[in-house]
Amino acid sequence: MSDVAIDRAAGDRAVPGSEAGVAGGASQSLRHESAAMHVSGSAAYIDDMPEPKGLLHVVPGLSTRAHARIVSMDLEAVRAAPGVVRVLTAADIPGHNQVSPVGKNDEPLLASDIVSFHGQPIFAVVAETRGQGRRAARLARIVYEDLPAVLDIDQARAAGGALVWRALTMRRGDVDRGLAASPRLVSGRIVMGGQEHFYLEGQAALAQPGEEGEIRVWSSTQHPTETQHMVAHVLDRPSNLVTTEVRRMGGGFGGKETQANGPACLAALAAELTGRAAKMRLDRDDDMMMTGKRHDFAVDYTVGFDDDGRIGAVDMVLAARCGWSADLSGPVTDRALFHADNAYYYPDVRLRSEPLKTNTQSNTAYRGFGGPQGIVAAERVIEEIAFATGLDPLDVRLRNVYGTGTRDLTPYHMTVEDSIAAEIMTELAEGCAYRARRAAIRAGNEDSPHIRRGIALTPVKFGISFTATHYNQAGALVHVYTDGSVQVNHGGTEMGQGLHTKMVQIAMREFGLPADRVRITATTTGKVPNTSATAASSGADLNGMAVLDAVRRIRERLVTFAAGHWGVGEAEIHFRADGVHVGATVVPFGELTRAAYLARVSMSSSGFYKTPKISWNPDTGRGRPFFYFAYGAACAEVAVDLLTGEMRIERVDILHDAGQSLNPAIDIGQVEGAFVQGAGWLTTEELVWDENGRLRTHAPSTYKIPACSDRPGIFNVALLEHAPNREETIFRSKAVGEPPFVHGVAVLHAISDALASLDGYRSCPGLDAPATPEAILRAAERMRARAAARAGAASVA
Amino acid sequence: MLTLQVNGAAHQVDVPDDMPLLWVLRDVMGLPGTKFGCGIGQCGACTVHVDGKAVRACSLPVSLVGNRPVTTIEGLADDQVAAAVTKAWLDIDVVQCGYCQPGQIMAAVALLKGNLHPSDDEIDQAMSGNICRCGTYRRIRAAIRNVAGVV
Repeated sequence: MSDVAIDRAAGDRAVPGSEAGVAGGASQSLRHESAAMHVSGSAAYIDDMPEPKGLLHVVPGLSTRAHARIVSMDLEAVRAAPGVVRVLTAADIPGHNQVSPVGKNDEPLLASDIVSFHGQPIFAVVAETRGQGRRAARLARIVYEDLPAVLDIDQARAAGGALVWRALTMRRGDVDRGLAASPRLVSGRIVMGGQEHFYLEGQAALAQPGEEGEIRVWSSTQHPTETQHMVAHVLDRPSNLVTTEVRRMGGGFGGKETQANGPACLAALAAELTGRAAKMRLDRDDDMMMTGKRHDFAVDYTVGFDDDGRIGAVDMVLAARCGWSADLSGPVTDRALFHADNAYYYPDVRLRSEPLKTNTQSNTAYRGFGGPQGIVAAERVIEEIAFATGLDPLDVRLRNVYGTGTRDLTPYHMTVEDSIAAEIMTELAEGCAYRARRAAIRAGNEDSPHIRRGIALTPVKFGISFTATHYNQAGALVHVYTDGSVQVNHGGTEMGQGLHTKMVQIAMREFGLPADRVRITATTTGKVPNTSATAASSGADLNGMAVLDAVRRIRERLVTFAAGHWGVGEAEIHFRADGVHVGATVVPFGELTRAAYLARVSMSSSGFYKTPKISWNPDTGRGRPFFYFAYGAACAEVAVDLLTGEMRIERVDILHDAGQSLNPAIDIGQVEGAFVQGAGWLTTEELVWDENGRLRTHAPSTYKIPACSDRPGIFNVALLEHAPNREETIFRSKAVGEPPFVHGVAVLHAISDALASLDGYRSCPGLDAPATPEAILRAAERMRARAAARAGAASVA
Repeated sequence: MLTLQVNGAAHQVDVPDDMPLLWVLRDVMGLPGTKFGCGIGQCGACTVHVDGKAVRACSLPVSLVGNRPVTTIEGLADDQVAAAVTKAWLDIDVVQCGYCQPGQIMAAVALLKGNLHPSDDEIDQAMSGNICRCGTYRRIRAAIRNVAGVV
């Protein structure tokens, strides 16, 4: 695929066996439902909504210490500042000063006695304007008594290794015996940094008080139900008085799964205490200082293998900097373990997590949810074996990939029934001429003193389902109006991933309707209650089935009615693009619905879905946590400048498994974007805290997010064809949000391959992430020193 | 009281001289299509045209605008290049979350009005100040190239 020849036609294939076949229906490409609004600037995000009369603005006051006791807090000057209506402190909270999303009670909304990280909210100013609030917040006089702070993984271990969540061990076979029996052993450590979400729309919430304790909160949240519960908890009232709503987010990436709760609760508290509408829209610096990020990890590994590169045993400890509270660090570190095998069979294995407590932001969900960190560790192990044996890393991958019917048991005792990683790697390697290019790159590097090229091909196998089994449920609410127009609502949220579009497409396909007859509405707890976060890539899987359930219930009632009304058999009724076929006649959908209304047929239904087959018991480390796996592979070629450490991604080829894609245009866009974000995580994006625990990279001036010029020179992305999901998912599609994020790993390994040339490809460069220019130069020096030592030893000999 | 030329009409606004143009547009004039991203001119979400050039409205004090015409995403409707850009954006499904896209489109229109056939390097140079966290860069570049073929 050429870089300019992106067009939708490639995805416009009709679905085999599809009855409706309506243009743009599910399994075909359809433009994003908000696209026209996006490009005209009329798509409204929280801060764009018309402001209610008398709106107040809420601005946080943040801790300037990493760990300290608050000795005194003088807020008089803040209260007296122009425009200040109220100052909120912990003492003002009528309910519970607690926003832990996992019931650990370790996360106060506002700190009262102890501050646990630099950037923790202590108070909030409620002012007539945002500017007045910001100026007033700086007038607080807080006296601290510093307490010992632990800021990173090494410090946390040295201080006793306090955890925010129970550690998990996965074990199968006897790892000690397996390592002892292996002809060769390698041990090492890989360190990988965290990642700031940098959703372009920052955290934002608008709260409006209503009658008798009712409160309505518009929040940029991926989890409206949890936001509703938190607001109710903080204000001490039942959930039925709180409604949370979100039409769309300007990006989420996991950063609004729990981190939206604080701003929503503070806006709601301000509204409650003043009786006026209140909005909290964080400034970027505050957002980056306050909110959690992707967990950084340090992984210590030992692998036993043979001369053919076959793994015998793997022992890993995966330690994460979790921050000051648990938040989602338990399931994140669990998921790192679930993916520390990536696509590979480990005969004897022990994987242990170490979710360490630190005095930094409480790290949280971020696209992949620990999975990418586990996979980065797995791929380092592969790389170590490749350098130790002299094999092509791709051959090591292919020799260890999960089989079908044999070598198919994961470290958590789930049988992999759908492995296609080997086929995908092989198809991609042939399609992008990996082996020939690798040989050419190696030859070319010999004559290139300053620019070295590297290439790598890495797979992904990603488990789909929330590992908290109860989260795998979803609801929908579908209304058909008498004129035949349809309104679809469901529990998922739209953050750019195209979820709403896919939900519309399901109703289109089932009713035979064009896109302009099916309207998606904002996600609200008032329509679909008790929802799960839109997370874990599961939005379309779960909500799609719930929408399908609701639509089919209505359709069944319409079929029963039409059969009686027109005197035909139910089997002779079909919903098609040209209308409803009732026997030999075609009835316009709107005519059918009008007739059904007059005959008193209900045309509204809720729908529900729960994922079958899954279970997981963390106490035994056994179960089937995932309904299925999504697969893919990426091949990256890079050029590294050894004088400056700069790196360019020259070419990327990706083959990705979206099953029978619900919308190829949207899914390919997801794969492209996920790759860019994944490559950013592992190359340019570096979070830096100073010795006092203050985040120094709290703006895009110091935190380097990939820009237009960083995208690969050649960038080919394709979806795997003829690969319907083997499980019964919504129209046999596969989840697509997180798995392609992992394709960025190919870039890290391509850089490593380039650096390996400095030592004649005889040793593993041990490149940590992010591979910034500084990290690349350090690794290059290390490799040159190894080569020099080797030459020295040879000359002595 | 300042007089601003915004989207082809004169507007009187009573704001402090140092108020960034972004907030005058969004909060005072009710034009929320231009977005706040970072507040320091580093992400491009607030890109508007001042005298036809792409500028960052979040860090431009309103008093420095003077009589120069300001165009926001809401004011692009009648422009031929802009219409081609938005069509190209729609045709190849550039947008994901959409939040940065008004800024991206303003930057692309400013580029194309000065140079209808930009090279890849010129596209990179013009667009690199506009961050898209969804990572739609491949499509942004392709859309800009497609416009060159139709205008």
